[in-house]
Amino acid sequence: MIDIKNLNLKQIRDGLQNKSFKAIELTETYLNEIDKAKALNAFITVTPDKAISMAKESDNRISKNESRNLEGIPLSIKDLYCTKNVRTTAGSKILKNFIPTYESTITNNLWSDGCVMLGKLNNDEFAMGSSNETSYFGPSINPWKRKNDDMPLVPGGSSGGSAVAVSGSLSAATTATDTGGSIRQPASFTGTVGMKATYGRCSRWGVVAFASSLDQAGPITKTVVDSAIMLKSMAGYDVKDSTSIDLSVPDYETNINKNIKGKRIGIPGEYKIKGLDADIEKNWEDGISWLKSEGAEIIDISLPHTKYALPAYYIIAPAEASSNLARYDGVRYGERVHRKDLDEMYSDSRSDGFGEEVRRRILMGTYVLSAGYYDAYYLKAQKTRKLISNDFDNAFNTVDAIMTPTTPTTAFNIGKKFDDPVTMYLNDMLTVPVNMAGLPAISIPSGLDKDGLPMGLQLIGKRFGEDDLFSIGSVIEDCRGTFPNPAQWWIEK
Amino acid sequence: MSIDEKIVKKIATLSRITISENEITKLSSELNSIIKWVEQLNEIDTTDVVPMTSNVNNTLHLRKDVISDGNIVDDILSNAPMTEDGFFLVPKVIE
Amino acid sequence: MSEIITTNEVRHLVQGGIDSWEIIIGLEIHAQVVSNSKLFSGSSTSFGSNPMSQVSLVDAAMPGMLPVINEECVRQAVKTGLGLQAKINNTSVFDRKNYFYPDLPQGYQISQFKYPIVGEGEVAVDFKDKESIVVNIERLHLEQDAGKSIHDLSQDYSYIDLNRSGVALMEIVTKPDLRSAEEAKAFVTKLRTILRYLGTCDGNMEQGSLRADVNVSVRKPGDALGIRCEIKNVNSIRFIGQAIDYEAGRQIDILEEGGIINQETRLFDSATGKTRAMRSKEEAHDYRYFPDPDLLPLYLSDDFIKQVAIELPELPDQKKARFINDYGLTSYDASILVADRVSSEFFEGVAKGRDIKLVVNWITGELFASLNRLSLDIANSPITIESLGQLIDLISDKTLSGRLAKDVFEIMLDTKEMPKKIVEEKGLSQITDMASIEVVVDKVILENPDKVAELLEKPKLIGWFVGQIMKETAGKANPANVNKILRDKLKLG
Repeated sequence: MIDIKNLNLKQIRDGLQNKSFKAIELTETYLNEIDKAKALNAFITVTPDKAISMAKESDNRISKNESRNLEGIPLSIKDLYCTKNVRTTAGSKILKNFIPTYESTITNNLWSDGCVMLGKLNNDEFAMGSSNETSYFGPSINPWKRKNDDMPLVPGGSSGGSAVAVSGSLSAATTATDTGGSIRQPASFTGTVGMKATYGRCSRWGVVAFASSLDQAGPITKTVVDSAIMLKSMAGYDVKDSTSIDLSVPDYETNINKNIKGKRIGIPGEYKIKGLDADIEKNWEDGISWLKSEGAEIIDISLPHTKYALPAYYIIAPAEASSNLARYDGVRYGERVHRKDLDEMYSDSRSDGFGEEVRRRILMGTYVLSAGYYDAYYLKAQKTRKLISNDFDNAFNTVDAIMTPTTPTTAFNIGKKFDDPVTMYLNDMLTVPVNMAGLPAISIPSGLDKDGLPMGLQLIGKRFGEDDLFSIGSVIEDCRGTFPNPAQWWIEK
Repeated sequence: MSIDEKIVKKIATLSRITISENEITKLSSELNSIIKWVEQLNEIDTTDVVPMTSNVNNTLHLRKDVISDGNIVDDILSNAPMTEDGFFLVPKVIE
Repeated sequence: MSEIITTNEVRHLVQGGIDSWEIIIGLEIHAQVVSNSKLFSGSSTSFGSNPMSQVSLVDAAMPGMLPVINEECVRQAVKTGLGLQAKINNTSVFDRKNYFYPDLPQGYQISQFKYPIVGEGEVAVDFKDKESIVVNIERLHLEQDAGKSIHDLSQDYSYIDLNRSGVALMEIVTKPDLRSAEEAKAFVTKLRTILRYLGTCDGNMEQGSLRADVNVSVRKPGDALGIRCEIKNVNSIRFIGQAIDYEAGRQIDILEEGGIINQETRLFDSATGKTRAMRSKEEAHDYRYFPDPDLLPLYLSDDFIKQVAIELPELPDQKKARFINDYGLTSYDASILVADRVSSEFFEGVAKGRDIKLVVNWITGELFASLNRLSLDIANSPITIESLGQLIDLISDKTLSGRLAKDVFEIMLDTKEMPKKIVEEKGLSQITDMASIEVVVDKVILENPDKVAELLEKPKLIGWFVGQIMKETAGKANPANVNKILRDKLKLG
């Protein structure tokens, strides 16, 4: 048995190349672990046949010394990425039987590098949520629990399944997407590394759209180096995505430079928000002293429009979503509720196919774009977005990266009732500004709180400054020391 | 501005989302609380600010005019709820 | 919006039951762009293929699909803009126009709302017997065509084909500058000529390559603009005229009976020649335009625009001026010849080194009449530049009389043979030598003594003699020579 719990992607890559184990053994081990972890509900679809045939192909290539960059590494894919001939649901009832005839650019990149697909991961419906509870397939469960408390916790969202699969060692790494924090927040809640690339770095082609001007892909991994390895494979210019940027992708892994002497790290005062957990604030201070001790220069900065990012986001994202989700009309694909009248068919199919949160956001988005309200809401939000982006531009005149906590709290209970949607939205407070400005950001596990739950620190970089984030992130990792795995409570004895 | 039940009905029609009578009140109050919250944006002076629609500061990449796609009828139809002779079928439209 | 137009003098009035009314017409022309592939996808634009065969994943709006713009469509729009003497905008933006319809797969049409690619321009329209008018163009923008819905294949279902979905259209919007059905028809004809010269739209209305939405209102002269109705998708120039006349009459009747006009969208029924209100409620639409986040603004450099300008062909107005100037044509003949690019090229081909008057008469007379009778396009004419040229040469060197030439022309239409060959094979060349004609003249005089006697009283009878002689010579005798000999022999002055 391979001890996958204590192996990261880099070690797996090296193990496969050294022939310490075979891809097929590794794949079977993961499939077995996935099978035992049903309680985590991390997967919507497991693809064992595909995994085994891909692993065999990898072993074949390794034996012939024809390995590709990531030969034989078993991964899982957020169910927002379209995968050819493999059901892709976006966590929604409306796509519960949708089988794409095409492969997203990013997953295609991964398979071309030799990765093996284990299955498709749970997420909030159409990536709209911060707890994975809006998934039609039920919530994914956080592998972590509070000390002396058996209450199941949310893994965060929307990429809940992606974070759970890595945290629970059900995959060497996973893909995820981030529109307002959907990679970083679940990474923070589960003690994993979540990287959201610069907008335009990864192709959006074949990834189910939520809010096109904000959506960006990235990996969830156990370590920063793993994140660098994954992003190198996922990223790149794609002529099929008009918003993708024609810029060569650096070799992030070899570019990692742990000498951060003289690096200027900005600490934005505005991120010390009301409601920030005391442990998380303390952890932030730890992070500052780690970087200081490594020779970085800590600079207090101001991002004055921070508090407006979230309300602006909750105008822009629903507006784009209301339009992006219009294609789910029961005509060409997706579930249809049969009715004699066309409009009834549309309305009933969509009401039945979309969950409550998705419906609410579609209505909200429709409202802010409709005649008479456009200027007051949508245009106002786009102008606010410009101010938020300007804040970052100004800050990056004096700093190389910005460090903040990733989330105001650690993971919360499944089914926790919020008074209203807005309280739930506040989870994204510290992650959303980055999406508004299209910047890269990474969340790195940085400690456990008093209840023994993971906390994360967020590093925000300049546009296409991923290199810096991996370097500084590695330093945080080193200073922090070994990060524990969660107890495997989910394995049935 | 507030979202009354009439507006909820109107946007539900525009979005093609069926909502039942007893949902309307709840939705109207939820949407209102969101709207009230986003209206804090009115604190900011945005006169002369150019709205930001994209994070990418480029011009559009222009594709060459070649036929590189199509002839994938099976792929197009494979997930459809209802088809006949290569067409999608929908409840009859009256113009 | 109502504004009082004071600068425009009243050009045309129609008489209602009580008052005289002015009709105000504005047009939105949808012209299909000539290109190989669609505006945002690589599938073909060709007409009449099997259902769904020209559909890509992008055209069917599959989840995660993204638009990439076709360079040629942009160039064609710019070219058209220059042909309409319009301002080309260096920056334009693509917006989403949101509405649900089964042949609109995305649930929105990608169009241009606030920032079109082409701004204001103008088109001069000529009439045979009255002053030319200038029609101002408001704008031209690029947008996607929708698919096709067929409603009469079944009682319960409409059938949707997406072959046209995503084909590039130019929407050309006029100011409300037209005042009669005649003006509107002449404008569309002229616009179609310009588009065909430019090669940016084939102008085939029966295939739907050119269709018009017609905005009609009526007012008493000097009043503010009345409430208008929009007649959608009228697909022939004749129907545009009929629709305007019917709609204006309908509105005048309503107003004279003290009623008010509902601003609404109407359909033209070509079978009855009437318009009727659409059953679907257009007023329920609220298109929620916003910039398409899958696309970026389109920036055109001055160099790009200049390059297109250099490649611009000679346009009908320029060509007409040149024909008048260089060939001495009348304005009317010149406009007939330039109305179609192929005709104008045909004319110039035949005119080279030949009698211009003869050439014009043959093309605008015999040739156009024959093509019309045979329902043929000049592009498919059985008479070629070479064959007509040769025919005119045979007339000029007196081998053929006008009468004979017409016979030869008829044979040319049938056989597509060269006139020289026809003349040789059928022995059709004109008898010009005096001696041969004299023989026939003598014979006719000898055989008709009574007519000769009569001729002294009625000199007009000379025509009868000419006719007899032509009959005897199977029409080959040169009429001028026959006349001369006859007059000599009969001693007529």
